[in-house]
Amino acid sequence: MFKNISGRSWQVWRRNADVLMETWYLNFLPPFLEPIMYVLAFGFGVGSMIHEVSYQGHKLTYLAFMCPGVISVAVMFWAYFETTYPTFVRMNYQRTFDAVLATPLLVEDVIVGECLWGATKSVMAAVIMTIILGCFGLVSWPSVLWVLPISILGGVLFSSVGLITTAVCPKIDMFNIPIFVFIFPMFLFSGTFFPLDVLPTWAMYLAYVLPLTHVSVLIRAAFLGFPIGEQLGSIAYLAVVVPAFFSLALVLMKKRLTN
Amino acid sequence: MSHHPLEARGLSKSFRNFCAVDHIDFHVAKGECLGLLGPNGAGKTTTIRMVTSFTPITSGEVLVFGQNIVEHAREVKAKLGICPQEDNLDPDFSVEKNLLVYARYFGIPKKEAQLRAKELLAFVDLEEKAKSEIIALSGGMKRRLVMARALINRPKLLVMDEPTTGLDPVARLGIWQRLRKLKQEGVPVLLTSHYMEEVSQLCDRVIMMNKGKIVLEGKPHDLVQSEIGKEVVELWNTDESTETALKSLRMPYRKNGDRLYLYDSVGGEVARMVVEHLPRVERLVRPASLEDVFLKKTGQALQE
Repeated sequence: MFKNISGRSWQVWRRNADVLMETWYLNFLPPFLEPIMYVLAFGFGVGSMIHEVSYQGHKLTYLAFMCPGVISVAVMFWAYFETTYPTFVRMNYQRTFDAVLATPLLVEDVIVGECLWGATKSVMAAVIMTIILGCFGLVSWPSVLWVLPISILGGVLFSSVGLITTAVCPKIDMFNIPIFVFIFPMFLFSGTFFPLDVLPTWAMYLAYVLPLTHVSVLIRAAFLGFPIGEQLGSIAYLAVVVPAFFSLALVLMKKRLTN
Repeated sequence: MSHHPLEARGLSKSFRNFCAVDHIDFHVAKGECLGLLGPNGAGKTTTIRMVTSFTPITSGEVLVFGQNIVEHAREVKAKLGICPQEDNLDPDFSVEKNLLVYARYFGIPKKEAQLRAKELLAFVDLEEKAKSEIIALSGGMKRRLVMARALINRPKLLVMDEPTTGLDPVARLGIWQRLRKLKQEGVPVLLTSHYMEEVSQLCDRVIMMNKGKIVLEGKPHDLVQSEIGKEVVELWNTDESTETALKSLRMPYRKNGDRLYLYDSVGGEVARMVVEHLPRVERLVRPASLEDVFLKKTGQALQE
C-alpha cells in the first residue's frame, strides 16, 4: 500500500503552494481576521454572560476556554475544505492530476502531496491564529508550541477525511452530505465551544468518538499549559486514527484516480 | 541490444462486460510516426491510456525501449511526451509558468527549465504570450502549449491523442508543421486521429482500429492502393434503377448512407463507364483516400 510513496509528492505540494502565493494577500487575510472576530463575538459578547467554565478541574473564563476550540475548528476546516472542493476541482474539472500523471510522478505522489498540502493549510491557519491570540495574552508559553505538532497531525487527519470524501463522491454537490452529517456536527459538538461534561452521558461518549474532540483536547492543553502527557486518551486516539484515515484515503483515492 | 521505442503485445482492456481493446499487437519503430486510426469508441484512447500507464492493463504488456510500463512506470514516463486529448493546462498559472512547473515534475533544474521553456515557446510561436493567462489563449494556442509542455523533458517518444480535434484548419496546420519538424529530428511519434488526412500527411504507417481490434495495418499509400486503387467515383441522388444498371453492367459498388461508391484501380475507366451509362446521376470523381479504405473496412453495408 505504501510502496510508491516518495519525495516527489513534494512537487505536488509545491504546485499548490505556488498557486497560493500568486494571490497570497487574499489567502492570508482570513486567518488574521477570524480570531479577532471570534474574540470580539464570543469573548466579549457571549463571554460577558458566562462567568466561568470548569474544565478538567480548573476554572476558566469562557474566552480562555473557547480560543483553543477556535484553533481546533480552523485545523479541521482548513484541511477539510482544501482536500474536498479544491482537490475535486483539480481532479475533475482542471484535470491537473492527469497532467501531473503524465510525468514521472505516480498516483501516490499526487495523493500524498494533496494530503500534506491540506495539512499545511491547517498549520498555517493554526500558527497565524495562535500568534494573534497570543497578542491578546490568551496563550501559555512555552506549552503553546505544542500547537505546531498537534496541528500537523490534525491537518493530516482532516486532509485524509477530505480526500476520502473526494474519493467517494461522484459529484461535487454530494459534498453537502458528509459536511452536514459529519463535519458540521463535529464543529459544534466536539468540546470546541462548551465542555463535553454538560452533555447527557450518551452524547458525551458519542462526542469522544469524533476526531475533532481529541484535537481540541490537545490544543486546549497546549493553550492552557496543561501537561500534554496527561492527555493520554487523546494521544492514543490520534496515534490510531491518523494512520488509519490516511491509509483509507490513500486506498480510496488511488481507486478513484486509476479507473 | 536495441529495442523498439514502443511495443505492445496482446494488449487488452476490459471494463465490466465490455472489451474496449481486444488483444492487439503493434510497435512504433525508431524515427517512425505511427497513426492509430478509428472512429470514436474504437479503442484508440484506451490504448493510449494503457500505453502511458494511465489505466491498468487487463492483459498483455507494453514495453517502452524494452522497459515494462507497469514495472518501471517512473522511468518510462520520464522518457515520454504525452499530449492528452483534453487540454489540461494549469489555469492557475501563466503560459510560461505552466512549462516551468511541469519541468519540476521531471526534476529538471530551474535554470535548464527556463532555457527550455524559452526555446519551446519560440518553437510553438507563443513567445509573446509567455506571461498571459491560459484563459486568454485560443484553442489552437492551447494545443500548441500542450505540445510544448509535452516536449519539456526532451521525450524519446511522443504520444499524441487526437492532437487537432476541434481545431480550425489553420491551427491544425500549425500542429502538423511542428509534428513534421519533430519527426525530422527523429522523434518517434504515436498519434491517434479520426482525420484521415492528418494520418496520411504525417504517418509513416497506420493501424486501423474498430471495436477494439486492429482491422488493417500498413503504409497509408499502400493501403489505399491495395484496398481501393487509384480513383473513387461517388454517386448520389440515386434510386433503384441506378443500382440495377450498375449490377447489369457488372460494376461492383459499395453503398453507404445515401451514396454509392465505385472503386477504380487504374483510374479513368470507371468514371468513363458512369458518364456513358448513367449520364444523369450526380457524381464526383476523386482520388482514392484512406477515408475510403476505412469506410470499406468498417462500414455496415458492403454490396457487390
